[in-house]
Amino acid sequence: MEQVIANGLYLGAQYALIALGLTLIFALMNVLNFAHGQMYVLGGFVTYSVYGQLKLPFVVALICSGVTLAVVGALMEKFLFRPVIRRSKREESTMLLAAATAFFLDAIILLLFGEKQRGVPKIVSGVFISDSVILPYDRIVVGVVAILMIAAFMLYMQYSKPGRAMRALAQDRIAAQLMGVKVERYSMIGFALGAMLAGVVGGLLVSITGVNSGIGGPISIKAFLMVMIGGAGVVAGAIAGGFILGMMESVGLTVLREYGDVTYLVIFALLMVFLSIRPNGLMGKPWG
Amino acid sequence: MGSEMINRRSTLKSLALGAVSILAITVASTFPAQAENKELKIGFVGVTSGPAAAWGTSNVRSMQTRADWLNEAGGVKIGEDTYNITIVTFDDQKDPKRAIAGMEKMAQEGIHYVVGPNVDDGAAAVRPVAESKGIIYFPYAFPKSLYVAPASNAVLGMVANYQSGPAIYKYLKENKGVKKVAFIAANESDPISQRDSGVAAAKELGLEVVAETDTYQNDTRDFTPVLTPIVQLKPDLLVLSGVAPANAPLLIRAARELGYGGLISAETAQDATVLQEGAGELANGFISVGGASTPEIRTPLMEEFIDRYTKKFGEYNDESNTKVYALEYIIETLKANPKAIDNVEEFKKTMDSFSAPNPYAKGGTLKYVGMTSFGQKRQVSVPMVVTEFENGAFKTLFVGEVD
Repeated sequence: MEQVIANGLYLGAQYALIALGLTLIFALMNVLNFAHGQMYVLGGFVTYSVYGQLKLPFVVALICSGVTLAVVGALMEKFLFRPVIRRSKREESTMLLAAATAFFLDAIILLLFGEKQRGVPKIVSGVFISDSVILPYDRIVVGVVAILMIAAFMLYMQYSKPGRAMRALAQDRIAAQLMGVKVERYSMIGFALGAMLAGVVGGLLVSITGVNSGIGGPISIKAFLMVMIGGAGVVAGAIAGGFILGMMESVGLTVLREYGDVTYLVIFALLMVFLSIRPNGLMGKPWG
Repeated sequence: MGSEMINRRSTLKSLALGAVSILAITVASTFPAQAENKELKIGFVGVTSGPAAAWGTSNVRSMQTRADWLNEAGGVKIGEDTYNITIVTFDDQKDPKRAIAGMEKMAQEGIHYVVGPNVDDGAAAVRPVAESKGIIYFPYAFPKSLYVAPASNAVLGMVANYQSGPAIYKYLKENKGVKKVAFIAANESDPISQRDSGVAAAKELGLEVVAETDTYQNDTRDFTPVLTPIVQLKPDLLVLSGVAPANAPLLIRAARELGYGGLISAETAQDATVLQEGAGELANGFISVGGASTPEIRTPLMEEFIDRYTKKFGEYNDESNTKVYALEYIIETLKANPKAIDNVEEFKKTMDSFSAPNPYAKGGTLKYVGMTSFGQKRQVSVPMVVTEFENGAFKTLFVGEVD
């Protein structure tokens, strides 16, 4: 059972980090960013190129992934989402735009990086083995880094000026504007930050799970699942959603293995029941 | 003034005509074959995007590489005519509905020979279209119903797992002392049907099957939770049924990191670079099935194919060792019976007696097989090369043959 819990915690830390960027963009702009998974994939490929191909240090590769995606996110906000939000009153417009962006990024990534699964050398070798738990050191490192990044992100949102501005925007866009918050500027920063988180987590996990051009869609779906559990637009909710999903997956795959692949069936069934009772998820909107 | 104009106009006209004539003669003498060649369109309907993109992409790239090569050499002579090969592709996104649309498109373009689809449900879905529109297709899907009469338009493009599995398990039982086997498959129709036939083959050989219902979502990125309970059963052999090349290194790595020390095998083609990048030395000893992949059996033509493929697309894909064959079979069969160029019934007649030297594997023969498995010749004969991964490359464990 200790192994199952360790697997669940490790998966949860990964998932929570994936969901953070998605929920941030939703909170700030009310945009369901269907391209979140593709941003993750792009971040993975940047790290693959810098660390795996150019043989530069892993930290440099992670920074490159973060910066690249921050730039991509900022450009997407400025030239795609901002004009559409300004001109269209309907929320479907941004959803369609996000879906189109996802397909576009999918195609670009396939053209640039090919169809193959890619991987990089392990960042840390060796496996931690005790009587009850086996966990490779690189997974421990990634899990710890993910938790540190989540903590840093929450501190940034809580205490920094841009963080406070973004929280104000998320709570009430018009009130924030009336109080002097530069809406366009902080929307762009928020979108860039969300994209950067997707890129960094993609880069971080390429050292364990590798990356391929086709996984963007499934990653987005999983991220949406976590956000729905925790409550859309709530940072703490996304973190809770990530850990809950990770633990459910780990426990389900062990306890239900004799019944075939029913783990996700059970998770989806539970989610349907849960959402019918709490349609806003665990923590709902606005964020606390 | 008037005659001067006429003279100038006549002179310019003569010069222009002369220039055009010289240009025409030059072009004609430079490209005599291409100018006269007819066009032979060969279709591809399969998956070239999404998580399984590697399967179809290796098909398309193999076909394009070989077609360019043949066209560069002056085309293919079939009967009295010489043809340039044009590859028409359609991405079905692993969706049966799109596969049907793709096959309809091929029919509209007058194409009679199609490579693909890559998966079971797509191959089953296109069957009515192929049969009604007169198309022979070469799926990479294993359901026997596609190849057993009354079905007659599908030709299996590779070795099926129910053909390679028993040979691998028997070899491992006799040579590596395997007694306990565990199976794991993605929760999709192809891998599950492959797992079920693998389980049956293992039981028939008298092996103890300790896990036969374990599955995973195909988009799983970390397999540690999936493999934890299986590794605890301590099987001698872990079979990754129908595993996609993208998932194989992740599964191998997770199993090894959990302390699994037994053998790992798959009956699907894999890529050495992907295994090396994804699992490194943890993939050493991994057993899988390839085509004319290993240096021991490949011909100089295969070497050149790999070289051309690499130059054209930047990197070779080991799956293409098998995928290169379908186009070769289509062309060679048409050469053997030129009437089949637009008549698939003629093609079917020729399949029963067709034989040609295998250009890619030393001492091999191109021929249609499948009598034992399907009761009719509806499978291309490719070398069943069982390989072991070792330090970034496949080495031949043994070579077998179907039928």
